[in-house]
Amino acid sequence: MSIATDRFSQAAPSLGFPIAPRGPLSSQLVELLAKHPHDTDEGASLQGLVTTALARADIISRNDDIQLSLFIFYGLHYGIFEGNAEQWEWMPHLITARTALEQAFESELRDRVEVPDLPDVTRSAVAKALNVLTSAEGGPSLSRFIAKKATVDQLKEFLVQRSIYTLREADPHSWAVPRLTGRPKAALVEIQADEYGGGHFDRMHAEIFARTMRGLGLNSRYGYYLDDVPAITLTSLNTMSMFGLNQRLRGAIVGHLAAFEMTSSIPNRMYGNGFRRLGFDETVTEYFDEHVEADAVHEQIAAFDLAGGLAEQNPRLLGDILFGASACLVVDGWAADHMLHSWTAGTTSLRAPFTSAT
Amino acid sequence: MQDRNLVTITPYNDGPLIVRGDFEILRQDGTDATGGRKTVALCRCGVSSIKPFCDGTHKLVNFSASDDE
Repeated sequence: MSIATDRFSQAAPSLGFPIAPRGPLSSQLVELLAKHPHDTDEGASLQGLVTTALARADIISRNDDIQLSLFIFYGLHYGIFEGNAEQWEWMPHLITARTALEQAFESELRDRVEVPDLPDVTRSAVAKALNVLTSAEGGPSLSRFIAKKATVDQLKEFLVQRSIYTLREADPHSWAVPRLTGRPKAALVEIQADEYGGGHFDRMHAEIFARTMRGLGLNSRYGYYLDDVPAITLTSLNTMSMFGLNQRLRGAIVGHLAAFEMTSSIPNRMYGNGFRRLGFDETVTEYFDEHVEADAVHEQIAAFDLAGGLAEQNPRLLGDILFGASACLVVDGWAADHMLHSWTAGTTSLRAPFTSAT
Repeated sequence: MQDRNLVTITPYNDGPLIVRGDFEILRQDGTDATGGRKTVALCRCGVSSIKPFCDGTHKLVNFSASDDE
């Protein structure tokens, strides 16, 4: 048995998941989740640890302990843990602690994310505003680097970074299905049904991505590389989870999905080109090719029917729709910039370089 | 009451034709090119590299066609 498979077998027996804590808060959380809630009082210590973590944090979006803790809190809802951890999902101490983190995290995002002027509340004006937002020229391009220059090791890192979200692709936005009504709900389901392969397992986007990972010799089990990714990678997923799991932020998750879909087709063609350049075949590139075509459909539905439709249905959500879209671009831009700067400087974008044991 | 199988074709502003319903897409030699997707986007601007399907590149050429009120 190779060293590589030991990450899961080494994990705390009743957590079933390899997590290395990144500070006092995540440390206490990991310890807690291994026990049954009825067997411990230590949940009460979380609030104090949260207060301290927030006081100490420079930038919440870049703070390892906080972002890993949020990942764990949301992971309880995504069902990524086993054993005693399953009993903690709705325990009040955890919900209180998470809510406190969310308040600070959301506040920081609203401070740092610039939102454009709000359009008129019509489908076409909202879609046009989202188009302008997502077409704006950013800085140097990660997708162009991958298309033309990335090495095989950098492609592996790219897949590892993306795996935190993509092995659960669409799940964060699916939280919004029960939280919407009427035509926007139908539009979201139209997109999400396609994300899940129309109910065909082999065509589920997360499963296609798993095949891409395995094609590069990577382990496609969810969370296998959690300890390798920096805080900013977790922040990208945590942003989606926070938006999706909060009814009051349903405008934001809708805007987030629109921006996400609207900035997908062209980069995915570039990613596919990068993998083809290095000799990988359709098993590996299918994920990127599928997204070129699928997201050309999804971006239209998301901009007009979902975001535009939601704004028409409930104009008070317009601000959050534009906030969510802007936040998607900013946060994912931070994660992409981190990768690009690391690789341009000739260093790893992970917390430690790959070894043969990874 | 709308026929559940009715095919609808909807041009989206400055973008592709979105097709929904019980449609087939055939090549000129009669073979089936429908693919598995329930809703598809057909290229309207002429620039797509995956015609007849849209690949999003209409944005790069500022394709403009809308029925804005």
